Amino acid sequence: MKEEAGKADSGWRADGSTRPQLSWMLKLPGYAPVAMCWLTAALLLVLTAFLTSGVGAFDTSYDVIWRLWLSPFHPQWAEGIDERVRYIVIHVRLARVCLALTVGGALALAGAVYQGVLLNPLADPFTLGVSTGAAFGAALHLLIGWGAGQFLGMSTLPVAAFTGALAALYLVYLLGRVDGRVHATTLVLAGIIVSTFLSAWIGLLKSLNEDSVSTIVFWVMGSLSAKGWLHVLLVLPYLTAGGAMILFYARELDLLTLGDVQAQHLGVNVQQVRFRLMLAASLVTAAAVSVSGVIGFVGLVVPHLVRLAIGPHHRRLLPAVLLAGALLVLLSDTVARSLLPSGQELPVGVVTAILGGPFFCYLMLHRKKYLQL
Amino acid sequence: MLSHASSQEIPATVIRVEDLSCGYPGRSVLNNISFCVKAGEFVGLLGPNGSGKTTLLLALSGVVAIESGEIEIDGRSLSRLKHRERACRMAVVAQETEVRFPFSCAEVVRMGRYPHQKRWQMESPADSAAVQRALQLTDTEALADRLITAISGGEKQRVLAAKALAQDAPVLLLDEATSAMDIHRKLQIFRVLKSLNQEQGLTIIAVLHDINLAALFCERLMLLKDGRIAADGQTHAVMTSEVLKRVYETDVLVQEIAQTGKRQVIFLP
Repeated sequence: MKEEAGKADSGWRADGSTRPQLSWMLKLPGYAPVAMCWLTAALLLVLTAFLTSGVGAFDTSYDVIWRLWLSPFHPQWAEGIDERVRYIVIHVRLARVCLALTVGGALALAGAVYQGVLLNPLADPFTLGVSTGAAFGAALHLLIGWGAGQFLGMSTLPVAAFTGALAALYLVYLLGRVDGRVHATTLVLAGIIVSTFLSAWIGLLKSLNEDSVSTIVFWVMGSLSAKGWLHVLLVLPYLTAGGAMILFYARELDLLTLGDVQAQHLGVNVQQVRFRLMLAASLVTAAAVSVSGVIGFVGLVVPHLVRLAIGPHHRRLLPAVLLAGALLVLLSDTVARSLLPSGQELPVGVVTAILGGPFFCYLMLHRKKYLQL
Repeated sequence: MLSHASSQEIPATVIRVEDLSCGYPGRSVLNNISFCVKAGEFVGLLGPNGSGKTTLLLALSGVVAIESGEIEIDGRSLSRLKHRERACRMAVVAQETEVRFPFSCAEVVRMGRYPHQKRWQMESPADSAAVQRALQLTDTEALADRLITAISGGEKQRVLAAKALAQDAPVLLLDEATSAMDIHRKLQIFRVLKSLNQEQGLTIIAVLHDINLAALFCERLMLLKDGRIAADGQTHAVMTSEVLKRVYETDVLVQEIAQTGKRQVIFLP
């Protein structure tokens, strides 16, 4: 898609002072470009989900997966397929694929919001300590035992994660402020300190509880193994609520990137909008973390990558970030569960960090100006 | 008949400031300032560094909170106006020009339409017309597709001025809006502002450091010193060496230039 754009747009300059645009798509009237983007996105998602569903220790043919996926509409297509295969394809693989998509989308979306609201290219759920705060809240919640707590039929785990996330964010904000101003680097420094500190506490809590090392690794490095539809249903309401709030304020997010004063001059209620956006981003992060543990780099790298491709316009950026984050975590998780030969799994955070680290190094080395460091 | 004619001649007060005191936490900047600005005035706001010019503009645009006193826009208290309502009445070109995200210049100018747009509305014909007009007025059409992060400081100021003009508000506040522009561009922008002021009755308050630029274009000058109004009046009345010496604590020579009929300041070494 990028190559097409470069050719189609005569106004594109190689020196980076303009950006390539998907001009033929964007010049269509009304909502047609938006509809087309969503259609492409949906197709891409389904296709990737389908392809990654076939990967894993248990061998299944794509023909079987296809038939099983469509079996709700055509029950006769699933005839003759082993119940065990059905269980793996629908309740293990597909559930995990959906969970990877939601978690990835959530983290990337939250990253885009933090970067926009804080005007900080280094901000993301992980560097701000929000993810680890959420993981700490969730771990504490499970330890104290109101882990089984139910409220109106929904588990309270994401709520505990949300509380942890907000507490961590507040702490980071207090620590990162110098003379009443928040600097990009001090904020991230504070975030990493809080994050490391809370990671240690998660380790301690888990050890005291005589949990295995693997559960510590789960919370600190992130993993989607042994998750089912229940977990998807657990996070989906929070994700939908937070995501809707974020998309609702997409236009204000554009104006906030001009700085508080200019946004206010243009008629944005800066304090209210910023507060709501931070709350929504933290909710979305907490929901994701409560089922996946801390997966780093997604929220940092994906918004930068997408912004480089289609620009910072949030009404376009946010949906694209949602999609790209979802795909990145899905692919990373597929690698994580299929890389080791013996059927063992890597934490998915290991894969995202191995992929994301070098990319971010590239950004730091060659796009310093863009990062405004 | 007579009363009708006279009511047309007296323009309405658009900004009324009474006994205004405000500042930042732990530091009071403006002390008991009162003044009125009528529709169609072109006011130059001058004064030494730290005299409160920027703070006054920020108070007028609702960014700095009022400690005591009252600001009225179109007869309505500023604190009662919603953010969008205020932005429809008043556009500001801020001193801060840093834009961190790589928006194209056209996208930045379009942001000026925000207070006029409903949430899910696509760009209306009125929006595109206002954006096009603002780009033309500021001579920034050629910059439209360039990224705001990749242009010079003076160009950026022109784009931000275009954003404020696209806002289509009857009052325009400028805070050192042309400080990074070359003299040609400065005069170009001020000529455009002057014509908008005269032809469409745009009310302008411009914070300026360049006294001579102010003298060329502003009908009225307001000089601030230490958070108070030191002088306020028609340009030819205020532009005297005594007043300027009192405000700036510098000896200057004020001369009327025969060709323009405007006063200009000559600085002495």
